[in-house]
Amino acid sequence: MGELSWTVDPRTAPRPRTGGWRTGVKPEIELSKCIDCLVCWLYCPDSAIELDGTAFKGFDYDVCKGCEICAEVCPEDAITMVAE
Amino acid sequence: MTLELLTGGEAVAHAMRQIDPDVVPAYPITPQTPIIQNFAKFVADGSAHGELIDVESEHSAMSAAIGAALAGARTMTATSSQGLALMAEVVYLAASMRAPIVMALGNRALSGPINIHCDHSDSMLVRDSGCVQLFAESAQEAYDLMVMAPRIAEHPDVLLPVFVCLDGFTITHSAEAVELLPDEHVRRFVGEYRIPHAVLDVADPVTQGPFAMPDVYFEFRVQQAQALERAMDVFKHVAGEFRELSGRSYSSVESYRVEDAEQVIVALGSTAGTIKDAVDDLEHAGLVKLTTFRPFPAADLRRALAGVEHVIVLDRADSPGGTPPLHAEVAAALYGSGSELVGHVYGLGGRDFHPEDAVSLFAGEREEAAWLV
Amino acid sequence: MARLKQLVRNQNGVPPLRGGHALCQGCGVPMVVRVVLSTIQRPTVVVNATGCLEVATTRYPTTAWNVPWLHVAFENTAAVASGVEAAQRALARRHALPADEEVAVVCFAGDGGTYDIGMQALSGALERGHRFLFVCYDNEAYMNTGVQRSGATPYGASTTTSPSGKESWGKAQRRKDMTAIAVAHHVPYVAQACSVHWDDLSRKVEKAVAADGPSFINVLTDCPVGWGHEPRLAPRLLDAAVESKFWPLYEVVDGQYRVTYEPTREVDVAEWLKPQKRFGHLNDEHIAEIRVQIDADWHELLARSA
Repeated sequence: MGELSWTVDPRTAPRPRTGGWRTGVKPEIELSKCIDCLVCWLYCPDSAIELDGTAFKGFDYDVCKGCEICAEVCPEDAITMVAE
Repeated sequence: MTLELLTGGEAVAHAMRQIDPDVVPAYPITPQTPIIQNFAKFVADGSAHGELIDVESEHSAMSAAIGAALAGARTMTATSSQGLALMAEVVYLAASMRAPIVMALGNRALSGPINIHCDHSDSMLVRDSGCVQLFAESAQEAYDLMVMAPRIAEHPDVLLPVFVCLDGFTITHSAEAVELLPDEHVRRFVGEYRIPHAVLDVADPVTQGPFAMPDVYFEFRVQQAQALERAMDVFKHVAGEFRELSGRSYSSVESYRVEDAEQVIVALGSTAGTIKDAVDDLEHAGLVKLTTFRPFPAADLRRALAGVEHVIVLDRADSPGGTPPLHAEVAAALYGSGSELVGHVYGLGGRDFHPEDAVSLFAGEREEAAWLV
Repeated sequence: MARLKQLVRNQNGVPPLRGGHALCQGCGVPMVVRVVLSTIQRPTVVVNATGCLEVATTRYPTTAWNVPWLHVAFENTAAVASGVEAAQRALARRHALPADEEVAVVCFAGDGGTYDIGMQALSGALERGHRFLFVCYDNEAYMNTGVQRSGATPYGASTTTSPSGKESWGKAQRRKDMTAIAVAHHVPYVAQACSVHWDDLSRKVEKAVAADGPSFINVLTDCPVGWGHEPRLAPRLLDAAVESKFWPLYEVVDGQYRVTYEPTREVDVAEWLKPQKRFGHLNDEHIAEIRVQIDADWHELLARSA
């Protein structure tokens, strides 16, 4: 039996794809409305808002659980939940 | 080497001073208090340099010890009885998280009734925790085992807590002539503290203390048990080095006048010394003392008792409704060997065991008594 | 928004808590972790109590933590942190520290691991003066084990061990004032905060980690499952909690109280209570009782801050 490491290294640990938790809707953005306020990034429970520096880049659908909080807090209504 | 008149508690405190651990979380409980009080004075006077954390309970003592040990600091503590019972949850965690903590255990009876005197019920409470348990016969042995303990705990093949058990009051508070090694010899002997993943090593961030489902918990436990088994060879190796340093020998099992013995008593702790006294005046009667209780030296014990007709096991702890712990282990080790085996529980709550009691046992006078009240 | 950009920059491209964990859809805890850890500009070690955050982020062989992270048990977070902190001091003294700068020791525990089972260890660590920050993510019940009541559960809340029913109106006792208990330990910095007032929280974290001693921040955050609401309602609910003065935001610096946010809108406590299923059984009388208590507590807080 090989030695199990009782410490877990984040650099090599697997990252579960919790995007599978979504139940029918996913967030989408109208980039023209986005003002890069970063509030969606701040609130997302799953760190599913990807940034380019301090600008919005996209959604990480591998981990997004579809909680809709980003759509709720976006001050510009740039994010909507759409059926998938 | 200097010879000093020291109690077991003082001797252990001196060992700690010489090892000079980085962190000592401490909570008072009789009869371990002389250990932490003497150590605290060493710190106050600058002869020990670590951080003494006066925690608010024993549960926190072992918790802080895990935090410090896994952070990258050599850590030691001490407790007894109820304190060990309170920290029992965390003792299991110290072993499973592979924290090489050294703890002096001033063996004392578990309540109730509340009793501050010696028995081994506290050690036995955590016998399944996965920690190394060494038993001292005297203040000298307590000192020596404490000096050896960090080397055993911190060995890469082990990485487990090590308990040095010394009888409450009988050893902790009784003075005897103790040979202390020179400070520098102890420092060199224990060496530098090193663990695979120190929490404070922020350049190498790892997660410790994960949640494990049924698909993997079992493997962790097996791994941990195997580490405890490897501690036997490590103990022997460290004892060998210690013998070169001090001239004193330690083995997992010590045989005393067993060569032509027809009857042998098996015991732990200071009572072994009492029985040695008794067998000095008897024929064909011997003593086997266990220094390592965990890992249990089954093979060594079987070898030591080979050919002995009658084995008497003395437990200073009970297991109501079942077989007392040492008796059960010895019975398992001797299964099929041909020796007759009988066991007794003695000395609970500090009831003294005298040489006459050993004589009486060898004379077959108390064969039927489960409890030697 | 400058502070928010700074939080992003502080992460240096590596989020302290990444996605792929098993916290519920809409859980309020990760935001607290993000604000706290992204505010601190020193390397940080996290000591985590047993609970939702711990269990859901570290199921072997995964981990969602990119910082050194230690979990031992439920009630001993502050004691474990005391050991880590003491180790750092001891190693610094003999110049044996692996890191170049001081590492911040931060604890995360839920209300159960803070108010109840964790209180003794926290009290001891506060009294001893260890330099660490203890953050309670307070969602007002033992959520991980199925929404059982804790010492933080508010009066009238229905939980699985204080359920409302024919003979019961939910939890019959007032919630413990854990923030006041922390203040009673004479530590340099104590604060009460709320996840959605993230700028306020971030400023509090800065002050906390600059303090030369222990600091404690009690952060209200939501649990959609335990509170009984749609996840996306959380920001509005938490806002109502603060505006209605149910959860005042304040800090206590060396014993000196200061309210850090004075609610600007007249929000009735019913706006906080009614949208949550756990308060759904309360009638107008109960709500009136709660309203009176909140007003009394608010005035007491103002008096202490004067």
